[in-house]
Amino acid sequence: MKNLLILGAGTAGTMMVNHLNRKLNKKDWKITIVDQHKTHYYQPGFLFIPFDIYKEKDVIKNKKQFIPKSVEYVQEEIELIEHGTNNVVLKNGKNLPYDILIIATGSKIVPDEIEGLKGEGWFKDVFDFYTIEGASALRDKLENWKGGKFVVHLAEMPIKCPVAPLEFCFLADWYFTKKGIREKVEMTYVTPLTGAFTKQNCSDVLGYLMEEKNIKIVPDFDVELVDEKDNFVQSYDGQKIGYDLLVTIPTNMGDEVIARSDLGDDLNFIPTDKHTLQSKKKENIFVIGDATDVPASKAGSVAHFQADVLTKNIMKFINGKDLVKEFDGHANCFIESGFGKAFLIDFNYDIEPVEGTFPLPIIGPFALLKESRLNHFGKLIFRYIYWYLLLKGLPMPGISTQMTKIGKKIKTK
Amino acid sequence: MATKDYGGNTVDVNDEGYLTEFKQWNEAIGEAIAKEEGIEQMTDRHWEIIKYLQKYFEDNGEMPSIRNMKKTGVADTKELYSLFPGGPLKKSSRIAGLKKPESCI
Ligand SMILES: Cc1cc2nc3c(=O)[nH]c(=O)nc-3n(C[C@H](O)[C@H](O)[C@H](O)COP(=O)(O)OP(=O)(O)OC[C@H]3O[C@@H](n4cnc5c(N)ncnc54)[C@H](O)[C@@H]3O)c2cc1C
Repeated sequence: MKNLLILGAGTAGTMMVNHLNRKLNKKDWKITIVDQHKTHYYQPGFLFIPFDIYKEKDVIKNKKQFIPKSVEYVQEEIELIEHGTNNVVLKNGKNLPYDILIIATGSKIVPDEIEGLKGEGWFKDVFDFYTIEGASALRDKLENWKGGKFVVHLAEMPIKCPVAPLEFCFLADWYFTKKGIREKVEMTYVTPLTGAFTKQNCSDVLGYLMEEKNIKIVPDFDVELVDEKDNFVQSYDGQKIGYDLLVTIPTNMGDEVIARSDLGDDLNFIPTDKHTLQSKKKENIFVIGDATDVPASKAGSVAHFQADVLTKNIMKFINGKDLVKEFDGHANCFIESGFGKAFLIDFNYDIEPVEGTFPLPIIGPFALLKESRLNHFGKLIFRYIYWYLLLKGLPMPGISTQMTKIGKKIKTK
Repeated sequence: MATKDYGGNTVDVNDEGYLTEFKQWNEAIGEAIAKEEGIEQMTDRHWEIIKYLQKYFEDNGEMPSIRNMKKTGVADTKELYSLFPGGPLKKSSRIAGLKKPESCI
């Protein structure tokens, strides 16, 4: 009997366990999946919690209900990956030897990377919304907030769901307007990027939207520290921006187990082949989702496209065949823009987000890189697609793993 | 492909002014690019960093991150910003005749 071991039962690990449970021959292979937590969080839902659109109960479910019964689920913290001897050590001292390892330990915010951030103001007038704790605490704060300087701050790239900070700004603008206090709120978005977003086309459209909503962008801001006594963020070149309420997206990093196991880069992301998803260090280790260092967005939709390719490659690897180089960086994200509208973008390693329709050429129904009400419903429906299709490793209706160019206004260079 | 002249040395550059052929680089060119980036005087410390980047690039085929330079004791972040104000990696890599560090998605 051989062992296939999956580390992390978040979005990507859960998809993989469902895919492989259908594919692997149970006579030869035993599948085991490990995660420290009992609860599966629908992280895209964290965005809506501060504005009381979703409650905690809307974003949590028991992990076990998404894991097939025939698979062994171990709830324990992972201590060390001994890649030299194909063994994983758990916190309780138990060993899990493997023949094939899939790492899906994701990424998380590390506020300690920024001087002063986790100081006296943390969760008083400084919040994150990338954790359920942060998002909920922020909701409670916003409920009674009367206005003032509202600063949304992005520390550094890469972060998961790179559009989330902008969506947060748009929703905040809508929320304050609805509450009737928008004119009492001075909104600023502080970013290390040179514009609103990483992808130029998108940055233009979203930057325009920020201006239209009267949200000031402070670009090229590399944060050095947060002073929570006098309430300002300071950049390395001495720029200071004062706040009454600061919402920050701190540095995102892979889990410490990756550093402990000497498998990661400076941010604990694992060097991974960007087309096959095989780790660069060991042939029998594969990586998926936010844990990789591939230059694609860290998003659930990306993990979904990766899972199709990785499933193929695990089967190829078992059968001693060449791996397919099929992952093209495909990402597909709805961007909430407030007031019941949203954008949709679709892009890959080589092609930037463009206008067009999705998923079907001309018919759509979703409009690419344009604001529409239907896209907003797409975003809300995504939660159901996530729980009932994505995690189970089922295809999204009409959407292919590789990005399609048909129906898109792609500029030739 | 565009070219640019630095005191009689013609070099190939991309549309952001980064050299595309490291072979064409020399210190005089580095100094001229530094001026364009607003660094009037390249000190020994500037050159130490530039040489480090070139060596790192030769060994690894990519630029180190600021975090990596801090972790390995090459220079702390504050110092890098005071040497290359505004964008330490963007500027130093251009002066060094290397590729612009890839921006993340
Ligand atoms: C605010 C926000 C909004 C987002 N919006 C969107 C969106 O609109 N669309 C979209 O597609 N994506 C969105 N995302 C991103 C998406 O949630 C992630 O990209 C996705 O969950 C990544 O899946 P993963 O499996 O790689 O990591 P995760 O789902 O984070 O899973 C990692 C798992 O590994 C476990 N683990 C890690 N280390 C250890 C250890 N040492 N021992 C035991 N277990 C461990 C963790 O407990 C966790 O369960 C958003 C994320 C956030 C935070």
